Amino acid sequence: MSQTICEVRGVEKSFGSNRVLRGIDLAMRAGEVTVLMGANGAGKSTLVKVLCGVHSADKGELALAGNPYTPVDAADAISQGVVTVHQSIDDGVIPDLDVATNLMLDKLTAPGAGLFVNDRKLRAEARKVAEAMGLTMNVRQLVSELDVADRQMIAIARALARSPKLLILDEPTSSLSATEAERLFALIDRLRSAGVAILYISHRMSDIRRIADRIVSMRDGSISGLFDTQPLDYEGAVTSMLGHAMTDVDITPATNSAPILCLKAIKLREDSPPIDLVANDGEVIAVTGLLGSGKSQLAEVIFGLSRPIAGKMELDGGSYQPANAKSAVSAGVFMSPKDRASNAVIPDFDIANNMTLPFLGSFSRYYKLSDQKQRRASEEMIGSIGIVCQSNRDGIGTLSGGNQQKVMIARWLLKPGRVLLLDEPFQGVDIGARRDIGRHIRATAKGRATIVFVAEIDEALEIADRIIVLNEAAIAGEHINQNIDLAKLVAEVSGPSRSPALAG
Amino acid sequence: MNNERILNLAIRYGFLVLLAGIVMYFSLAAEGFASPRSAVFVLQSVAITGILALGVTSTLVVDGFDLSIGSVATSSLMLSAYSMVILEYSALVTVLLCLTMGALVGLVNGLLIVKMRVPDLLATLGMMFLLIGLQRIPTQGNSIATGMRLPDGSIAEGTFAAEFLWIGRHRFDMFIEKLFPMPVVVFLLVAVAVWLFLGFTRHGRLMYAIGSNQRAAELVGTNVSRYKVLAYMISGVLASVGGILLAARLGRGDIASGNNLLLDSVAAALIGFAVLGAARPNAFGTAIGALFVGILLQGLTMMNAPYYTQDFVKGAVLVAALVFTFYLSSRRSSAGRH
Repeated sequence: MSQTICEVRGVEKSFGSNRVLRGIDLAMRAGEVTVLMGANGAGKSTLVKVLCGVHSADKGELALAGNPYTPVDAADAISQGVVTVHQSIDDGVIPDLDVATNLMLDKLTAPGAGLFVNDRKLRAEARKVAEAMGLTMNVRQLVSELDVADRQMIAIARALARSPKLLILDEPTSSLSATEAERLFALIDRLRSAGVAILYISHRMSDIRRIADRIVSMRDGSISGLFDTQPLDYEGAVTSMLGHAMTDVDITPATNSAPILCLKAIKLREDSPPIDLVANDGEVIAVTGLLGSGKSQLAEVIFGLSRPIAGKMELDGGSYQPANAKSAVSAGVFMSPKDRASNAVIPDFDIANNMTLPFLGSFSRYYKLSDQKQRRASEEMIGSIGIVCQSNRDGIGTLSGGNQQKVMIARWLLKPGRVLLLDEPFQGVDIGARRDIGRHIRATAKGRATIVFVAEIDEALEIADRIIVLNEAAIAGEHINQNIDLAKLVAEVSGPSRSPALAG
Repeated sequence: MNNERILNLAIRYGFLVLLAGIVMYFSLAAEGFASPRSAVFVLQSVAITGILALGVTSTLVVDGFDLSIGSVATSSLMLSAYSMVILEYSALVTVLLCLTMGALVGLVNGLLIVKMRVPDLLATLGMMFLLIGLQRIPTQGNSIATGMRLPDGSIAEGTFAAEFLWIGRHRFDMFIEKLFPMPVVVFLLVAVAVWLFLGFTRHGRLMYAIGSNQRAAELVGTNVSRYKVLAYMISGVLASVGGILLAARLGRGDIASGNNLLLDSVAAALIGFAVLGAARPNAFGTAIGALFVGILLQGLTMMNAPYYTQDFVKGAVLVAALVFTFYLSSRRSSAGRH
């Protein structure tokens, strides 16, 4: 048994009333790659931020090489030997400076650094660091001229120049191609044998299969599974990350009815197989899959925000090629996007104006908006979908996440549409509101096709007549939502074993 | 709780109370301030600035900014003089020419911002420089006046048409003979039109939505680019209206006039944020903001404050209004405003 480098004991962290970490216990050992898995909002990033000194824990303690570890800020964490490479590469490098300066940035900010920069010395040292990493680029080159993988390598090289005890890699392959990722894995292999403890955060099963020594799954702020016996139980890890405690929602799947939307041989990526899908009248389809499986891409294609590589769509038998959101909406295809704060909410408007925004035209007489009509329509929706508020004049910002989401969805129920797309409708929504929304979507499903895009299997089981699993931008499975073989479903979500996939 | 209510009242009515207070103070302190003539004088002094400010307001609504309005107005001033004095066109053609020029500049501004992705401040700043230069090229940097000597030695034969000067100089009878000047009428009409458009049509509502969250507006099917271009075209046209009124009042194409138009009108639009606690651009607030500055300057002038204190006073009012808007509003819990 190798030596424990970093230990996390009973760490808790809350933001306001939101308990993000609910008592985490975790140990990372020298020469071992610990993979951390978790859906959006499981608390992974918060845990990382606690480890690298951005947040401090409310409760619990951290230890590094046997000594108490309480970093006061990110710089302190680094100087104690906990180094993090963040997901967004541009946080890691400064594009307008050359490679040498980027590699040596820490020397420039270190206390006691001289006033003037000795460029020649700087470059000589940088070359040493680059060589140690197997980097071949010219250190005088500007980082902005490099490709993504090289930039990532520089960010990692800089991290390694500090000879870390614990290296945290946050989704490092999300922008790398397969060969580039392989370079990174080779590097990780070297570090592992050099005795560095590595915490690797990823959703990609192909990465995880390649490098994991053990897998830790997180769910709702706690560790939901720990897998360290060889061979690793990958499906078990996915199951404990997504969770699928049977829900108490009873669904009788809709029987076959008239098709509304047909996708014919839609290709989302150059190298992915075509997708065929028929959405029928009155049916609720859940499209599920891990992050990067192509869910959101598919939603964007149907809503006209991006174009598929190949294939076509038909709506009610006629050709349907939306050029943008406007033409999709006028064809009767509505979408409630994910990330409501940045994509849906108009923070300056009240409930009624947020809700009626897409259809203001029908609340106008001649040129004048009818305030009364807007308020009457939204009052009705507030009642039927169950929005908790004082009046329709309340600012949207005064509502809870769940109620805001209800307003965003109610927006698209005001007028009859042909297709309703809901991209991650339960993001940041409490369980009560989630049930309300699901019930209302199912109750109003007649007369349109509904497609819900969710990562959590639970949510899919709660709302859908039919569940479609996407993996690597391809349909990996299809299930009628009745006596579902969950093991099979989970296996399809985590995907077959294959060589490192291309970047998505 | 009680504190919060006082705060809310202060945010909502504070600026109007301040305005009323200033009016009362000047009425008592400065003889002749509280008279129809004086009131009309205030209105006349803010009419052109106010019209430009309403244009800026429409760009502020879509979270943009138009720095070129001042130079559009002076270009329109020079163009109208050039059109009548040198090209000898009629008043109608001249007015149409100026309005078209304004719309065109707005269109170019809008396209630069929407299609070329130039940030709004930079695009309109560039346009401002371009127009300041352009308006001087045809006359080689000279002002245009009736009977001026042209570069080729001949004398310009055109004159300002009487109908054109009427726009700037006519006064309607109201209580007193020849009281109400035409530019004030235009200002009030434009103010009401912009107020109705921004506040009570779906187009205005969508423009506010774009200003608040452009991405969300786009995803409900709003043609964001078209509305943004529209906002800059409104701004351009209103600025050219301001220029026409200025030319008609001056009766000559004076290259030195209109220097203050940009800053004064932006100030009016920003002061408008504070009116009724709107905390966002709005036509009513802009009109009140313009009036506020006008009343303050008129009062100070009648109390013999020297002319060079004017900019200082305007600046102080603007800073106070911005504090009202941003500091006080941020302390209030965020409530929906539409």
